[in-house]
Amino acid sequence: MKFLPTSDADRSEMLRAIGVSSVEDLFASIPSEVRQPPNLPPPLSEIEVRRLLGSLAARNANARESAFFLGAGIYNHYVSAIADQMLYRAEWLTSYTPYQPEVSQGTLQSIFEFQTHICLLTGLDVANASLYEGASAVVEALLMASRLCRGRTRAVLSAGIHPEYRETVRTYFSSLGFTSVEVPVGMDGRTDEKALAAAVDDDTFAVAIQSPNFYGVVEDWQIGSRAAHGKGALSVAVVAEAVSMALLAPPGDRGADIACGEAQSLGVPMHLGGPVLGFLACRAEHERQIPGRLVGQTRDAEGRRAFCLTLSTREQHIRRERATSNICTNQGLMALTSNIHCSLLGKRGLREVALQSHAKAEHLKAEIAKIPGWRIPLSTPTFNEFVVEAPEPAAPLLSRLARWGILAGVPLSRWEPDSGNRFLVAATEMNTREEMDRLVGALKAGGRGDHEVPHPDLS
Amino acid sequence: MNPEDLHYTPSHEWVRIDGDVGAIGITDYAQKELGEIVYLELPEVGHVFNAGDEFGTVESVKAVSELFTPVSGEVVEVNKGAVAEPGIVNDDPFGDGWLIKMTLTTDEEVGKLMTAEQYASYVQQEEKER
Amino acid sequence: MSVEIEEKAAAIRDRRHPEPRHEPLVFELSGVGKVGYSLPPLDVPETVAIAPALLRAEIAGETEISEVEVARHFTRLSKLNFSIDEALYPLGSCTMKHNPRVNEEVARLPGFAAAHPLAPEEVSQGALELAWRLEKILAELTGLARVTLQPAAGAQGELAGILMVRAALAKEGNPRTTVLIPDSAHGTNPASAHFAGYKVRELKSNARGTLDLHVLEEAMTENVAALMLTVPNTLGIFENQILEIARIVHAKGGYLYCDGANFNSFVGIAKPGAMGIDVMHMNLHKTFSTPHGGGGPGAGPAAVAERLVPFLPRPTIERRAEGTFFLDHDRPESIGRLRTFLGNFGMFVRALAYISSYGNRIGEVARGAVLNANYIRAGLAGVYHLKYDAPTMHEVVFSDKNQTASGVHAMDIGKRLMDYGFHPPTISFPLIVHGALMIEPTETESKPGLDAFVAAMREIARECEEEPQIVKTAPHTTPVRRVDEVGAARNLVLRWKPGS
Repeated sequence: MKFLPTSDADRSEMLRAIGVSSVEDLFASIPSEVRQPPNLPPPLSEIEVRRLLGSLAARNANARESAFFLGAGIYNHYVSAIADQMLYRAEWLTSYTPYQPEVSQGTLQSIFEFQTHICLLTGLDVANASLYEGASAVVEALLMASRLCRGRTRAVLSAGIHPEYRETVRTYFSSLGFTSVEVPVGMDGRTDEKALAAAVDDDTFAVAIQSPNFYGVVEDWQIGSRAAHGKGALSVAVVAEAVSMALLAPPGDRGADIACGEAQSLGVPMHLGGPVLGFLACRAEHERQIPGRLVGQTRDAEGRRAFCLTLSTREQHIRRERATSNICTNQGLMALTSNIHCSLLGKRGLREVALQSHAKAEHLKAEIAKIPGWRIPLSTPTFNEFVVEAPEPAAPLLSRLARWGILAGVPLSRWEPDSGNRFLVAATEMNTREEMDRLVGALKAGGRGDHEVPHPDLS
Repeated sequence: MNPEDLHYTPSHEWVRIDGDVGAIGITDYAQKELGEIVYLELPEVGHVFNAGDEFGTVESVKAVSELFTPVSGEVVEVNKGAVAEPGIVNDDPFGDGWLIKMTLTTDEEVGKLMTAEQYASYVQQEEKER
Repeated sequence: MSVEIEEKAAAIRDRRHPEPRHEPLVFELSGVGKVGYSLPPLDVPETVAIAPALLRAEIAGETEISEVEVARHFTRLSKLNFSIDEALYPLGSCTMKHNPRVNEEVARLPGFAAAHPLAPEEVSQGALELAWRLEKILAELTGLARVTLQPAAGAQGELAGILMVRAALAKEGNPRTTVLIPDSAHGTNPASAHFAGYKVRELKSNARGTLDLHVLEEAMTENVAALMLTVPNTLGIFENQILEIARIVHAKGGYLYCDGANFNSFVGIAKPGAMGIDVMHMNLHKTFSTPHGGGGPGAGPAAVAERLVPFLPRPTIERRAEGTFFLDHDRPESIGRLRTFLGNFGMFVRALAYISSYGNRIGEVARGAVLNANYIRAGLAGVYHLKYDAPTMHEVVFSDKNQTASGVHAMDIGKRLMDYGFHPPTISFPLIVHGALMIEPTETESKPGLDAFVAAMREIARECEEEPQIVKTAPHTTPVRRVDEVGAARNLVLRWKPGS
């Protein structure tokens, strides 16, 4: 087995040194009743592994092989070659959590830089080293707010927050004795400000809204801040499309106390939704309650600037049941690739990606609106994603379009049974004019493309 | 080592009685175990506690410990100097490293605490069990 | 430091690094007008159809830097890291095994890396089949009924497991109040139990380092929802009375939870399901070789016995009679979602590649891991103190007790190991061993590598006796010297600010 570097001669010598006659002797503590070899096929060689995984991969439609317009929380953005290739370096790929700072300055400094990028984008003072993904980031933000408003038990969430984020919140809250109250989105696709304020009471520890929201609509962070602060609650800003932070007003500048969500669109490949990159940022006054890992700047014994994990006492390995979270792992590699990506794009590139994404989506929106029988039901401004209403049920239509090599959008019926004809369409700097024309042409033709794209699973 | 005029708890706090005010802190053993202290979370003036209640936390790089009050009373003073410079608690745990001062509800609780000698043997026993 | 020690330190230093490097922050490398990206020109009309009040100004402080400088910066930074590809990383319960490179290759196939979780199911069958297959394999390895792949990491897997137990008990009318956890457990265990709404009661280990059955009997009441056990425990000792433990827990209607962080010690040899374990999480980034990446990402699938299946997170991945796969959201008793989408799919790809490479010979992983750890134990016995001398499996926990007479502590020993080219083992954990040195070499360490580690540890023990100062002030040859963690916590600087 090529991952086992022990020869038979080595093994004999080692057994002699240990003082046993066979490796089996070392398993004597395991009762024989529980010893069961697994029923698995024989080992595969590397060639066969490539073949197996290759055949599975070939059956997944993807952004490189289709006209691609899927969003709803995971977005197809440009990731530079060097951001990915840097991850092949053993020192990045195979290193561990930087508990020993003297031999982990690379990882620590990179996380410190990532924390800074998130602060610059959100307009807040402190960010952590990342969380698993968007939904659990929202949970962590809400729990953080609950610690800061101890004694209160309610969170008010806009229904414009991604449905899977809200579902995740409900799962966590159910065992902690907290309740989440949802405020509907109005007919215009925006959170109803009056309803939001009315839902907040003295038992509320957080008010959370998302922008752009699940329907792609741009919300005003201030409606959340006003509603929260009026009753002494914290304002939580949720972001699922992080590229938007390069164009839209930062939550920190508009009264948000905590910003959180998904940073996948900042340099992390889609990976079928995982691993991705949760983030959380807050005001300096709340930094001691921030969950997850934190890297701080300090000095070494000879006065050099150095970095280390800090405030670890909040974390599970020390505080145990009184920890701010049970989180252990962060998304190390993903934070690294995002750091590289944000560094490369920087001040102007991040903005240009956001502007292009927005302009492409606006163009596509306008072209679809012109198709007879089709409408754009929400007239409020969107960032790079919008709701489309088809003249027929969306899910079967979208499946049909997939045959033609077009992944046109995500049907809302997946979460909202009454929205049968509606679906979400996203556009980014990765979509060409020609690709968008192809989509529009296919919609005009009732869900037929101009040429079938052979797919292994479709006959 | 452990000042004779203080009274001690099994959770390594001490109290110094001065009239009806008690000053509370952590022992030298506790500060050694914790290592260099980086943060103190202390209550506000006016807070009322019963003996044995948790009144705050003391944090080092590797550990966080809850602080339990040896006696019942109301907080009248908090050591702001220690909060600003937690290292004082390491340097002078029985003196300038005091944490809070309380007016005592009763003077009958002190008798239930350990003397310096009792505390010293208690610590010795703890170390043996390691 | 004395002259002799300085000379010695200098000798080692010259062999390894030249002067330690200072690498600026990427923000400090920035320069107005530099560009690190290229985008195609906009091929649609330029427009901003959003009210100015909702827009931001430029991102003050963000970088302007070229690809060249980025390449150099991140390459130089990487060289400040130790990694498994370089040398042994004997961190206990972390299973720092070799990360096969074919994993990285297949994970980057467009059908995985550029695929979206919400694409129509008919054109995502490869992904669904992969996840389904991985579930079946993990169920086979654990001897349990089904597995949720959704948890993003071990801690989330723990939470999923305990929430399922809670749901099962709640269905019978009483979720109960308490979870029992040994004092040797990893910190995520009590933290996860707390997040599931339970109180934690800590059980003292016995003199052997394992669970005391009398203590368990006494603690196991009808208020206890579960016992969370790491098997083998964090001392590397297998709970040989596991069947009796399961009986005691089940007799009172409780569930037995297994923290599978140490699965590397018996994977392919024994099955947790046969031990009476009801629910167990695994760490794909430990046992199943997915890379640690400087702290993540991981994946923490949780396997459950038949009676917990109704409560699995939704959706589950199912297979139709005709062989196609679909996501089943219609699970009314499910605990719900713990995160978006399916889970850390990129890690499923790697784990499947890895397990397929071993197939029915996967037991050799455990055999190698246990052999290596026992070889280290034999090499260090007598030199370092072993508090519990029961047989150990894939890891062994020594302590600094023999060295503290010279004023040297476990942390110092760890720091000195860096000068010898090794990453330190886990220091000061588990908590029941004061000054613990928790060593897990894994099966991917060669005998020469183990010998070098043992030699270094023995040399350091000699240094502790004869020249303790060099150990107490270590490390001497790393890119930075001992880092002031106290200062970091007292004066929090958690980001770079423009203008600094």
